Amino acid sequence: MTLTRTFAALTAALTLSLAALPARADALDDIKKAGVLKVAVPQDFAPFGSAGPDLKPVGYDIDMAGLLARELGVKVEVIPVTSANRIPYLETGKADLVISSLGKNPDREKVIDFSVAYAPFFSGVFGAKDVAVAKAEDLKGKTVGATRGAIEEQELTKLAPDATIKRYEDNNATIAAFISGQVDLIATGNVVAAAIAEKSPARAPVSKFVIKNSPCYVGLRKNEPALLAKVNEIIGKAKASGELGKLSEKWLKAPLPADF
Amino acid sequence: MRKLDFSALLPYADALVEGLIFTVVLTLVSTLAGIAVGTVGAWARTSGPRWAGGLVAAYVEVIRNTPFIVQLFFIFFGLPAAGVKLSEASAAFLAMTINLGAYSTEIIRAGIDATPKGHWEAGLSLAMSRFEVFRHVVLAPAFKKVWPALSSQIIIVMLGSSVVSQISAEDLTYAANFIQSRNFRAFEVYFLVTALYLALSIAMRAALAALGAKLFPKV
Repeated sequence: MTLTRTFAALTAALTLSLAALPARADALDDIKKAGVLKVAVPQDFAPFGSAGPDLKPVGYDIDMAGLLARELGVKVEVIPVTSANRIPYLETGKADLVISSLGKNPDREKVIDFSVAYAPFFSGVFGAKDVAVAKAEDLKGKTVGATRGAIEEQELTKLAPDATIKRYEDNNATIAAFISGQVDLIATGNVVAAAIAEKSPARAPVSKFVIKNSPCYVGLRKNEPALLAKVNEIIGKAKASGELGKLSEKWLKAPLPADF
Repeated sequence: MRKLDFSALLPYADALVEGLIFTVVLTLVSTLAGIAVGTVGAWARTSGPRWAGGLVAAYVEVIRNTPFIVQLFFIFFGLPAAGVKLSEASAAFLAMTINLGAYSTEIIRAGIDATPKGHWEAGLSLAMSRFEVFRHVVLAPAFKKVWPALSSQIIIVMLGSSVVSQISAEDLTYAANFIQSRNFRAFEVYFLVTALYLALSIAMRAALAALGAKLFPKV
């Protein structure tokens, strides 16, 4: 309730500020003229964006910002933002793009434009490489750990009535159950799976099937067709050249999903 | 305040009943095993060989001075690294038995210590071995003396069993947490489960009192 209201207020405020803005030139031209691409990136959401050892932001989104700037032939300036203020940064022109593990939904599409997806973000069932599971039906007789009340636990309960779902109180207990082998598989987000793979390579979880997919998109101000086309072109090229796959391997410890 | 709606729990009646049964069975089995452990432990501490007494003393100190949930997590999440993988039900049973074993060792030992020296001497003068004196002369009066304390400890273990929901053992608390995560009716479900635990405690106390009166009749 409060969330929708906040959002409505935000939308209204943004519409007003947009109306007040003078007619502007094409954003792509502006960026090239300035020689700098300003990108809002997350500051508190590893592995997409967090402070590195030298307090400079590092992560998938930061690398993605660098990739876009390189292809545009300009310098990159990353602006660490929170998930609450990332859209205002874009709308007020403080940032040209938002690369901040942004998911797409109809409410957001009213306010900003989205590129094609640049990073996989999904919850699914993960397990050791040698566990033969490809769909929910294969879970029969297998034990799956999940965090009680989490979206993947609720969805999996419906999807796989034959599976033995072990529900734990919090993410840490679910992870501990998987690492100690108390459960065969784990239902969680791909980001959590990447963290497990990094800290416990012996039990590195591999994606078996997707429960809910909501990949990340680059956010742009509305009505910037030239910039949008260029961003999409660069992402498409990076995907084809395997560069995006390398980013995924580097930060998410997994190749891009087959249907990405 | 939101209107209370206990009928929202009806679709989950099965889960609650199964959880209740799990809690009762787990408590019964681990009570029997725990008291057996406690009896052996008390014997070792009072009249067993010195090394056994020392070993039991160490066991009692470790268990009575660490939290139950840590013991449970160690057994469930920790032991697999040493190659011992137990199901959540076995881990819960083992943790509760070990826990009650330590506490009941001390309780039963107190009963044995309270046995007058003359009882021991009388038994020994009849050419009974120390073990026979322990078994036939000392044990029953000792149990009788500490039965109320032991009963309380059993109830505490039963209530403490709610912690096993943390390792996904599907007891009464697990059922409550599950239902709460589905219908968000926290007041209703925890109110009901509180009442169920209370009823269980009262019933167990009455049953233990009756059992005590039967096992150790007034002389």
